[in-house]
Amino acid sequence: MNLQVFAQSLIFGIFVGGLYGLAAVGLSLVFGVMKMLNVAHGELLMLGGYATFWLFSLYHIDPFLSLLPSAFVLFLIGMGLYKGLFSLLAKLHEEMKIKNSLLIGFGLSLVLHNLAIRLWTADERSVSVFYSGWGFSLFGLRFPFIRLAGLVLATIVILALQQFLTKTYFGKAIRATTENWESAALMGINIEKTSMISFALGAALAAMAGTIVSVGYAIHPAMGLEWTLKALIVVVLAGLGNIGGAFVAGVLLGAVESVSTLFVGPYMEVVGLVIFLLVLELRPQGLFGKSIG
Amino acid sequence: MLEIERINVSYGDLQVLWDVFFEVKKEEIVALIGPNSAGKTTTLKTVSGLLRPFAGEIRFEGLAMGKMPIHKRVEMGISLVPEGRGLFPGMSALENLELGAFTAKGRNCKEETLAQVYELFPILKKRKKQAAGTLSGGEQQMLAIGRGLMSKPKLLLFDEPSWGLSPLLSKVIYEVIGQINHSGVTILLVEQNVRMALQLAKRAYVIENGRIVKQGDSRNMLNDQHIKEVYLGTESV
Repeated sequence: MNLQVFAQSLIFGIFVGGLYGLAAVGLSLVFGVMKMLNVAHGELLMLGGYATFWLFSLYHIDPFLSLLPSAFVLFLIGMGLYKGLFSLLAKLHEEMKIKNSLLIGFGLSLVLHNLAIRLWTADERSVSVFYSGWGFSLFGLRFPFIRLAGLVLATIVILALQQFLTKTYFGKAIRATTENWESAALMGINIEKTSMISFALGAALAAMAGTIVSVGYAIHPAMGLEWTLKALIVVVLAGLGNIGGAFVAGVLLGAVESVSTLFVGPYMEVVGLVIFLLVLELRPQGLFGKSIG
Repeated sequence: MLEIERINVSYGDLQVLWDVFFEVKKEEIVALIGPNSAGKTTTLKTVSGLLRPFAGEIRFEGLAMGKMPIHKRVEMGISLVPEGRGLFPGMSALENLELGAFTAKGRNCKEETLAQVYELFPILKKRKKQAAGTLSGGEQQMLAIGRGLMSKPKLLLFDEPSWGLSPLLSKVIYEVIGQINHSGVTILLVEQNVRMALQLAKRAYVIENGRIVKQGDSRNMLNDQHIKEVYLGTESV
């Protein structure tokens, strides 16, 4: 096989993988703190994409500049969703909590999906900026500017999140709640508030991923499930609650999927799922997780 | 300082505490002793707010707090060193201590309290960068106690501080608990190691099957026939 085609696939895979990582980090954060799986995470990503799309279409705000406004809008929506839906589950026993959060998440994803069709039609949309076609070539390989910028931004966001979680008091409170919420409460940490902020932060991270997707790729109302699935595969690959690992695992999944296209064509989606099953079977704590118990 | 007024607590349908009452006065050490699953841990969890009584009241410095959330109780000056230590295993020893000082009061004098904790347990300073989960059992207990001190509590609750420790280490930990008390912190101690607890505490309550069955001076308890037979075993004189 042509080495250049292989390398080009690998590069595009890494670009998209950075976004998988960013999407997964939000899901992982929320799961870690609340022990709830938000299966509507992909729909929040979709909303973030639309926020950016409309900010661009109506007000001509550059998509990379609307990264933060979109994230802020979804942060507020996240707070509302937590207060209105997920906080009701907080008092339930762990097993009941995860089961009920799945039901609420599925319901929410259906509502958001259909709401998006109703409001914005089922059309596929994409933000096309004047620099969409820019890029450069290196060793005969193509590096489109917007995708490269997307990967760089995703990396910056993850590094910033990492700093927030390790350097600030509130970030440490989030990690403490993830490790042992009872002990965290005994430190004087307000678990309810920490959960709400973490959920909102998860939504904001989804929105940032959605923003980048709307520029380099395309958005549509039905995209949510696909992104939830990707994020879920990445979270399992990395090990639950492992933020740094989620990003690396995302890049890995993107690269593997992209390269496997060369061999299995349209079945590349299956490759991700097969890896998902293999990891669950052989290394349930994830590639970078510590062994359980 | 702490008054427990006939609290009743249940896990779902299963009631585990029945009209439990006791009192801890300022700067006292009080022990709550009893067999396994008598309700000792449940009592401490209820005082710290992890569980809520469905009847009865808890007063701290005269204030009713049966319905107060956990974090508010920490702000008021109640700190629990939980059973099994309850550390954050993936976080460094220093981060564990910093989290102990999460409240506004704790944060204001963090460096000062940290120096005091390092003075009590010099080993923690050496281990500060190490993940809490990789420390030895004794070090973990020291870290849990140090973390409990970081919020500058008025009342410190200990749940089985000698759990999983050698007799020698238990003695060290108990000496430190005595020192903490001398510095003005009131202490409520739950313990299965009845002899050690009674030697340290001034007063004690005995809890059996979720009810307080005996109370009194620790010295008298050490000579009590029932206590000797059930808790101190045949070795007692």
